Amino acid sequence: MAEATAAEPERAAAEGTTKETTYLEAIREALWEEMKTDEKVFILGEDVGVYGGAFKITQGFLEEFGEDRVIDTPISEAAIVGASIGAAQMGYRPVAEMQFMDFVAPAFDMIVNFAAKVRYRTGEGAGIVVRGPVGAGARAGPFHSQSPEAYFANVPGLKMVAPATAYDAKGLLRTAIRDPDPVLYFEHKFLYRRIKEELPTDREILVPLGKARVHRRGEDVSIVTWGAMVHRAAEAAETLAEEDGISAEILDLRSLRPMDVEAIAETVRKTGRVLVLHEAPRFGGLAGEITSVVCEEAFEWLDAPVRRITSIDTPVPYSPPLEDYYLPHVEDIRAAARWLVAY
Amino acid sequence: MASLTRDELLGLYRYMYLTRAFEERLERLFKQGHIVGGLYRSLGQEATAVGTAWALEEGDWLAPSIRDLGAMFVHGVDPIDMFRQYTARAAAPTGGKDNTTHFTRPDLGLLGPISPLGTQLCVLNGVAWTFRVEGRDRVCLTYQGEGASRTGASHEGLNFAAVQRLPMVVVLEHNRWSFSTRSDRESAVASWKDVAGAYGVPVRQVDGNDVLEVFDAARQAVARARGGGGTSLIVAETYRMLGHAQHDPQPYVEAEELEAWGRKDPLDRFGRYLLDHGLASEDGLGDVRAGIDRELERAADEALSGARPEPAQALAGVYAGEPRDAEVPWTRRRVVGYGELPAGVAPAHPFGDDGAPDE
Repeated sequence: MAEATAAEPERAAAEGTTKETTYLEAIREALWEEMKTDEKVFILGEDVGVYGGAFKITQGFLEEFGEDRVIDTPISEAAIVGASIGAAQMGYRPVAEMQFMDFVAPAFDMIVNFAAKVRYRTGEGAGIVVRGPVGAGARAGPFHSQSPEAYFANVPGLKMVAPATAYDAKGLLRTAIRDPDPVLYFEHKFLYRRIKEELPTDREILVPLGKARVHRRGEDVSIVTWGAMVHRAAEAAETLAEEDGISAEILDLRSLRPMDVEAIAETVRKTGRVLVLHEAPRFGGLAGEITSVVCEEAFEWLDAPVRRITSIDTPVPYSPPLEDYYLPHVEDIRAAARWLVAY
Repeated sequence: MASLTRDELLGLYRYMYLTRAFEERLERLFKQGHIVGGLYRSLGQEATAVGTAWALEEGDWLAPSIRDLGAMFVHGVDPIDMFRQYTARAAAPTGGKDNTTHFTRPDLGLLGPISPLGTQLCVLNGVAWTFRVEGRDRVCLTYQGEGASRTGASHEGLNFAAVQRLPMVVVLEHNRWSFSTRSDRESAVASWKDVAGAYGVPVRQVDGNDVLEVFDAARQAVARARGGGGTSLIVAETYRMLGHAQHDPQPYVEAEELEAWGRKDPLDRFGRYLLDHGLASEDGLGDVRAGIDRELERAADEALSGARPEPAQALAGVYAGEPRDAEVPWTRRRVVGYGELPAGVAPAHPFGDDGAPDE
């Protein structure tokens, strides 16, 4: 049972040729390979062509695929997403880049009112990907650091993914591009060049939407999280094991909608103690949804109340001491785990 | 052409040089690792910023964009506050919560921008609306690059201002580049002054590197707005001489084009104008520059000697009333503070404490 929802079998098959790949390169390769495989895939966004993207994800794409498939747009996010929806309805597979996910706001109407509702209303889907960097830690202030998943979580018709590893960055993006419905793809800018993995080069990496993965196995407490917080949880889990004698299991959701309810229930049934960790602010954050899932699916297995560790309920501040205070600390995770185990 | 006194002309020179020298110092601080985050320069655009803001009076409101530092200085912002903003100090106008030009000072009539472009025009419309309905003799002036002018917010904002006949001056800074995107990929208009037709506002296109022509256009537009004539547009033809920010060496710009615009440097041009017309001497201008250099060195040192904010200040000031502050995370409260929980012992309820952060 424990093996069933883990993604590790996918990864374990990596005995063939591999290549060290950063999280950023994984995103780039996914885009490149999908564009090579399917001529209906194209990308559009601000500075994606001549410059190769603000973070250089699409460097070299314009030269390879030409101006019709790598489109430098005006600063007009609504037009970017709107055109993506239209092209998708004509059979194309658009990947719209938001230079920073914070800038998705002008496209909110297009996403929540057009893309999300078009299949339900008309039977015609909008198979678009809207991707871009999220997250704090880069000293970039309130408008280049947000984690906006909860803004969209309450909108049926949307899918959302947030990879924590290079493997998932690649596999989820390829799957998202092929998906017939709108997928918001949240890539964490803090991980771009910090995460490196050996990825197989002799086979396609595809990661299904809606499946969580166990990032670390443990017995005493479950940490349910995603994105950059997976790595903070892992850091905390090391310390918990070494200094507190607590064995923490980390469940990386990867997909936020659909959410892998069974995987959440399963880890809670195993440990009886659960900590939900995310980088977005607390109030109205997805931790509330996950807590409800735990209560509905695994209440009898709980040995302690579900606890949340999140960023504080403020905008993301810019100055380093403030931003550091804003984010969940390793010590927060550790204190919460100890509290849960001692309860 | 407007008549400016010799002192006013020297003032224009002073603020253009202040802008240039401030940013050069900022760049040195950047290389020394003192700047937190990105650094955006306005090299080549100083005349547009300074010349337009020069047309405003006390009580008028200004909403600068990222490359309008010169306008902010003219409008009363102290360079030390800009150093503090860029170095994320506690004494910065935002207390370290936001960066760069992103701050508002109602006492100065300054509305700070946010990163999503075109938005500040919409907000400044609200300020201008109060001037109009209260019959106050005040004017608003704001800026947008040609890229920012393509956002939905910008279109809505300029249309709203025009329809409401708000006392508003919009300066469209055509600096040729929106990050790496050429202006002909931002709009299909043959000339940027053509955009005015869509809004029904008067427009004047000026050499944005000629501070006197810029000032003259701004003076005219401000007078129109102050006289109840509504909104107008100024299109300043200029050039962004450096990359989008410090991280961008702008490989996409052709060297010849850059060189050609370098020969139109607004500061050099205006310095020559002053010399040619006998309004200043080489030594006189040198003294102005040396004085500003000294002032900036002192300001930078003082800003850097200030502290960064206390971490828990992150919680403060979310609302005006109760609760003013965000809650301290439960794991950082005293009862269950770091390292205070004996393993295997049931702790006190985490919400039993007063919620004050650890000191």
